[in-house]
Parts: sequence; C-alpha cells; structure tokens
Amino acid sequence: MNTIAIAWRFLWSRPLSAGLNVLLLSLGLGSLSFVLLASHQIDQAFERDLAGIDVVVGAKGSPMQLILSGVFHIDAPTGNIPLVAVKALEKHPQVAKLIPISLGDSFRGFRIVGTTPDYLTHYKARFAQGGAWAVPMQAVLGAQVAAQSGLKVGDRFAGSHGLGGGGDSHGQTPYVVSGVLAAGGSVLDRLVLTATESVWQVHEGDTALDADDRKVLEEERELTLALIQYRTPLAAVTFPRFVNSSTEMQAAAPALEITRLLNMIGVGTDVMRALAGVLLLTAGLSVFIALWSAVRERRADLALLRMLGAPPRKVAALLLCEALWLALLATLIGVLAGQELMAALAWFLQLDKSVLIGGLAWPAELWSVPALAVGVALLSALLPAYEAYRVSVSELLQSR
Amino acid sequence: MICTRQLAYQYPGGTELRFEDVDVAQGGVLLLRGVSGSGKSTWLALAAGLLSPGAGDITVAGQSLKALGKVAGDAWRARTIGFLPQKLHLSAALTVHANLAIAQWAAGQPQDDARIREALTALGVHELAARKPAQLSGGQAQRVALARAVLLKPKVILADEPTASLDDDAARQAVELLQATARRQGATLVIATHDSRVSANLDSQIGFQPLFFGREQL
Repeated sequence: MNTIAIAWRFLWSRPLSAGLNVLLLSLGLGSLSFVLLASHQIDQAFERDLAGIDVVVGAKGSPMQLILSGVFHIDAPTGNIPLVAVKALEKHPQVAKLIPISLGDSFRGFRIVGTTPDYLTHYKARFAQGGAWAVPMQAVLGAQVAAQSGLKVGDRFAGSHGLGGGGDSHGQTPYVVSGVLAAGGSVLDRLVLTATESVWQVHEGDTALDADDRKVLEEERELTLALIQYRTPLAAVTFPRFVNSSTEMQAAAPALEITRLLNMIGVGTDVMRALAGVLLLTAGLSVFIALWSAVRERRADLALLRMLGAPPRKVAALLLCEALWLALLATLIGVLAGQELMAALAWFLQLDKSVLIGGLAWPAELWSVPALAVGVALLSALLPAYEAYRVSVSELLQSR
Repeated sequence: MICTRQLAYQYPGGTELRFEDVDVAQGGVLLLRGVSGSGKSTWLALAAGLLSPGAGDITVAGQSLKALGKVAGDAWRARTIGFLPQKLHLSAALTVHANLAIAQWAAGQPQDDARIREALTALGVHELAARKPAQLSGGQAQRVALARAVLLKPKVILADEPTASLDDDAARQAVELLQATARRQGATLVIATHDSRVSANLDSQIGFQPLFFGREQL
C-alpha cells in the first residue's frame, strides 16, 4: 500500500461525503470549463470567418448588423447597395480584393449567397464532390447543407424568398448542384453558394412584368454588401471615412465590431465565471468541512498511524492526498461535463444555423481547470492537514 | 530490555509524576496496575518515546529515550514498539489485510504480503484477511489488532487495557494470547490495566513484575 492507495480508501470510507464533494467541485469546474471552451471556440469561429476581411461595405444602418449578416450570416442585412457603386469601389486604389455578396433567398433555412468564386478561394474551400459553378443557376452546397438536405451533384432544388425559410418558393428558377464542399469549419459549411447573377436572375425573372421592365431592373441591379481586403494597412484609417462620408453606403470594420460584440458577450461570460467562482468557493468550503470532520473523526486512527511509526508529515500527506483525489476526480468529471455541454451548444447552434463551433477541444486556457482544482483542494486541505500533522499519539492512549 | 531510573514526568500544568525504577529483562512481563488517571498511559507514552521524561531516564531495547529526537523517535518506535490500544482502531475503510499493510506503510517499509499472512496465521485469523473490521467479532478484532502490533516483530509489546469490557473467559483468552505472542516473538510485554483479572490470568510460572500507580495494590 502506498499513500495514494490509502488516501483513496480513506476517501471512499465516507462515500456520501466524498460523492457530494466530487459533485460540488465538478459543478464549479464544469461551469468554468464550459465558459472557457465557449469563449475560446466563439473567438476562434469569429477569427476564422473574419480572416482576411478588412472592411465590409453595405447599406447604412447598424455596422454590427452589417458584419453579422455579411460575414457570419447570422443576422438580417441592413439593405442593398447599387452595383455601380460597388464597381466604383472595386477600382479604388486602396482596395486589393472585393468579394460581392448578394443575399435574399434561402434553402431550408440555409442562406443562398450570390458571390464570385473568389469567396470560395478566400476561405480555401475544398470540394468533396463536383466543382464551382460555371454558369448562373448552378450552386455549390456547404458541407452541412449537403448533409442535412441529402442533395448531391446534379440534383435540383428551388430557393425560397427570405432568409429564414418559409417564404415563397422560386420554383420557376431552380438551381442545379454543381459541387459540394468538404467540411472546413468556416461559415461556408452552412451556405448555398452561387453566382451573383443567379440571384439577379431569380428575382428579375420573378418580378419583371415584361422585357422593358427586365431591362430597367438590370440597370438598377444591386448587391447586399461587399467584403473588402485593403491593399495597405494604412487604408484602415482613410477608406472607411471615405465610404461613410462620400457615398450612400457604410463601411464597417469587422475587428472593431467584433471586439464590441465580444465585450458585450464578455459581460455574460464574466457572470458565468463569477458563478463558477462561487461554485468553486462553495466546493472548497465543502471539501474543507469534509476533511476537517474526517480529521476529527479519525484523530485516534491518525494517532495510531503515528504510533505505528508514521512521521507527522506522512499523516498530513495522507489528508492532502485525499484532497488531490477529490481534485482529480472533479477535474475529470468537470472537464468532461464542460466538453459535453459545449458539444450540446455546438449542436444547438448548428440546428440554429448559427456560428459553427466544435465540441471537443483543449485550448491552453483549459489547463487552468486542473490547476484551479488542485489549488482549491489543497487550500481546503491545508488546515485539516495541519491538524492531522499535529495529532498527538497521547490521544490514542486517552481514547477509550 | 526496559530500565528506568528516577523517571519522572511533568505535565503541562506543572504536576509532576514520579515513577518507581523498573528493570525488565528481554521476554519479561511488566504489569502496570492502577486506576484510571493514575499515570499508566503516561508511563506507556514515555516507554514508546512519545513523551520526554522530565527527570531521570528510561532505556528501552538499549536505547536511552531521553536523547531520542522526534524524527529518530518515529523510526525507532516503528521497529521497536508494538502497540495494542484499548480501542483497537482498525480502520473500517480497509480489509484486515490492508489494516496490517498500513502498519508497514506507516513504518516506511515496503508491503510484505507473506509477512502479513504469517502474522495473521500466527494469531489464527488468516482466513479473515479479506473481511472488513465490521465483519469481525470482538475477539477476532483483537487478534487482528495484535497481529498488526507484532507485524514488524517489535522488541516490546505495549498493551493498554487489553481486557476492558471483556467477559471473564474472553479476558483470560486475551491475556493468554498476549503472553503467548510475546513469548513466541521473544518480546517484552508491558500491560497497563486497572483490571485485577489480568494478574490472575498471567502465567505464574513465567512471573511478572508489577508496577503500582496511585493507591492500587495487587
């Protein structure tokens, strides 16, 4: 027998107390793991989808709404902007790359995005089947869309008006699947991608009353927004100001808006962290009470160990070891619970066709969970261990 | 084996307890007789090196305990003293086998299952090795506790009130068992008791040395 094995047996000699303490500690550590994992994965999802996009230009309105709708596709767009204005921006000397985005329709709740193949290149999309569209009315399905719809290359489908699903069907102008993307974890996974012209074609075909009307519509073509990459970082200072002051459009910097958003979410995560802190404090107190009463109940047993030759530090180490067992078990359960909760959140968000996050992850900050568990357990065990250290063998001689 | 000279102990309150000189040879039996609170436990604690004498000296197994430091005292006690407490303190969380193994752990020795089996067999309780203390009768528990006390082959066995709350038959068996175990191990046996049945049951052929505490008379 060694100290670790004896501590384990002593710990479970009071199964109810040990079980409750493991549960309490696990609750605190699980909440903390969940907050850390959620923050990390949401940060990562934002970072991944925002990579290489310096500014988003769209209709005037809320800049955050513009970013959420244009980059993450989780909000309604602020409106449309004239195609000619976007074409003018494309020629601006500070613009290195411009990706047009046209929104308006959806397929079973997944957004249909009219764009150029640059959008696929930007996110380094890989094809699982087929390839990009060659002509309008061909579409590429994101991995999640393909998985949920069961569509494959060559299949036809019709979009419906509106972004939330349930709108009028554009049955007269169906799309043909030209390719299916491999899952990449980016926003593309939950989009239907097609040529910008497809979006115009669907709407112009549906709304034009005659050929003249169609011609007018063609002249007044619009886009929803444009994702822009600067030629030089200095453009960040002047370009948004130029767009906001001299055009009817607005430029929103994703980095700025997402920082604002994360700060808002941060209040929520701070509350969660505080809650986890309170749970951990409660668990720490509970561990302290359990170990303290264990020492008091077992004073004579501990004294016997001293009588049998165990030095005080060995008896104290036994108590610390019990606390470390609690920490280890609670860390395992807590982190597992955190990961499970995260997987559930990922599943829920996927159902909600919202930000894509994964379940299993071990970001560096998650190491703070076992560290905190050991810290709380050892801190709670310090006084009981000292009490065990001080146990006098004479108590054994006096115990009748 | 145990030799005391003008041994005295001063309690924290200032009260001093003086003890008669004792000379017990190896394999001998010393009976500490006295009522509760008369100083028997203090004498046991002094003999186990748990308390330092206020005056005089006590030598156990050739070691003067006056000069024994705390750290050295733990190691010395582990290899020299076997202790049978009145309340047996078998850990309820551990099996009989593990209750003995913990003695080896406390003494800083590697677990020796063969030695544990040997000690349990010598006391006739080897078949109980897998049981928990709650599954033992009083007599069985005392044998297990004695097996634990002699596991490391101590030179001195200290027994504190070994017959308390036992009926006459069980008390006789307990004393005989203690004496037989000490004899088999060649250990010196010290029994602290207020129970007159202990002296009545000690093997008169071997003889024992009494040490009286308070007003107790044999």
